[in-house]
Amino acid sequence: METGSPDDAGTAGATDAVVRAREEPVWTGLPPGLLRMRRLLLVVWLGLLALAAGLLPGLFLGPLWATLALPPLAVLGWGWAMLERNWRSWRYAERADDLLISRGVLWREETVVPYGRMQLVEVTSGPVERHFGLASVQLHTAAAATDATIPGLDPAEAERLRDRLTELGEARSAGL
Amino acid sequence: MTTPGTDGGTRAAEHVPPPPADGVTERRLHPVTPLRRAWAPVAVLVGWAVHDPDQAQRQLTRLTTTHLLIGLAVLIPAAGLYGFLTWWFTHYAVTDTELRIRTGLLFRRTAHIRLERIQAIDVTQPLLARVAGVAKLKLDVIGTGKKDELAFLGADEARALRAELLARAAGFAPETAHEVGEAPARQLLRVPPGVLAVSLLLTGATWGTLLAAVVVPTLLWLATHNLWTVLATALPLVGAAGASSAGRFVGEYDWTVAESQDGLRIDHGLLDRAHETVPPGRVQTVRIVEPLLWRRRRWVRVELDVAGSSNSVLLPVAPREIAEAVVARVLPGVSVPAAPDLSRPPRRAARCRPLWWRGYGLAVTDAVFAARYGLLRRTLALVPHAKVQSVRLAQGPWQRALRLADVRVDTGANKTVTARLRDADEAAGLLDGQAERSRTGRRDAPPDRWMA
Repeated sequence: METGSPDDAGTAGATDAVVRAREEPVWTGLPPGLLRMRRLLLVVWLGLLALAAGLLPGLFLGPLWATLALPPLAVLGWGWAMLERNWRSWRYAERADDLLISRGVLWREETVVPYGRMQLVEVTSGPVERHFGLASVQLHTAAAATDATIPGLDPAEAERLRDRLTELGEARSAGL
Repeated sequence: MTTPGTDGGTRAAEHVPPPPADGVTERRLHPVTPLRRAWAPVAVLVGWAVHDPDQAQRQLTRLTTTHLLIGLAVLIPAAGLYGFLTWWFTHYAVTDTELRIRTGLLFRRTAHIRLERIQAIDVTQPLLARVAGVAKLKLDVIGTGKKDELAFLGADEARALRAELLARAAGFAPETAHEVGEAPARQLLRVPPGVLAVSLLLTGATWGTLLAAVVVPTLLWLATHNLWTVLATALPLVGAAGASSAGRFVGEYDWTVAESQDGLRIDHGLLDRAHETVPPGRVQTVRIVEPLLWRRRRWVRVELDVAGSSNSVLLPVAPREIAEAVVARVLPGVSVPAAPDLSRPPRRAARCRPLWWRGYGLAVTDAVFAARYGLLRRTLALVPHAKVQSVRLAQGPWQRALRLADVRVDTGANKTVTARLRDADEAAGLLDGQAERSRTGRRDAPPDRWMA
């Protein structure tokens, strides 16, 4: 049966997996690459800001003004923790007939897209993402409001997902 | 040409394999079309004058008669030539499966519109076009702009073409598609002008815009004593007030809804006549709107969403029972859930949205997902399960503390229907169940070619 993530599907019996998929989907989290990338970007930008906020007033107005670097550093520390929470919250599950995407800590959102409704599956990867070996999969249905994106996947996994979704979408195609 | 409305009874779903689409005859639009383009330069001038009145006035005083005459002598032939050339280079052709439009003078554009993808066909006749005996044929296809219209065709030609396009889209054999003619229509409802007028008088928006059009310029005059400022604010306000009262009355005058094998027919308009056709199975959502002041008379307004279409009104005003009967025809197998059948959010939702939570309601039947919202202007939105594209569950921090969640259902017409503030467990169940229902709901849905 086409249920579950690749590493889990082997362990459960086929019928068992179907029953379980109705009750409890098999969730897959994101690889740590996305967290690393986001943290690096955070450190680079806020580090630069802290440097600018601390160094310039510190040099021109007096050493006490260098404490202006503290707020950006506090934001950095807070963001460091937040990014991990957010990264942990992202997960997806391939069920027999639909794809589940769940995300968000404070503002939680869970999306269900039946395979038959997919119009287009996109794999995108920007320059920074490519450097970290990451790719995003984006699903489009006929409704623009369907915001089904899975960021920060391994390119191989992204491509596997794309091919599988396309295949399932063709098999279950339902139009509008 | 076929005579519309008389021979439609002979429609039978014969199935003959289509012959190769060779020898497609291309046709041109009605010769009156170039005049339509002649408006463009005048419109540009007027637009500039309205946009910048001071400058326009200064320029006008500097103009002499000779300047004007030279200007006119250049402008009019140029506009005429432009109109003529665009007309000359626009062709359309109907093949077995497509409508092809070839247009463009410098930038060529060829559109091939697959007929089974058509979401709606409108034949509209603006006032001047009625005088000239021509009509505009507009096709709604998902994902395209508003370019796909044939303007203008002869009025009879437009109706014949619409009948042919619908017959081909429905899946009639290509040889017979020509002769099928318009399917006979059975009138479901006609809105009397008196009822329409009363309903507009009982609408808050009418009075709101009228009030704004009177009060705001008066206050501005008292405050600034500047004529231009007052005019610049008063004109749009008066325009809005006119559009929401008289404009709506004129546009929705003689609203007729009829039903035929080709789907729903909506005819309306006092000066500009519009004839809309929505083929079966194209309606994505239906909204039943109940303004506060209409409630005592049990009147409702019914709006619908079709993918890729700008048409949105099904009934401007109708008694509730009749409106529900019409909705049942539009969405086959659907009965509108009655107010007591809608389940309200749990009481603790009051801490999330005080007062407004009373307006929220939800009912899920075998055929539709129905959500109600609005306190004064109650709206009940219906989505057939077969039309659901994706389902989302959203929960903010405050909602999480109260164990509440919203369930959003996205449809192909880019409308999202939200069941607000449901109990969290119920919402999780809804999310799962709705995905299942929308998947299975599609199985029983009629095919795109509804007569095939």
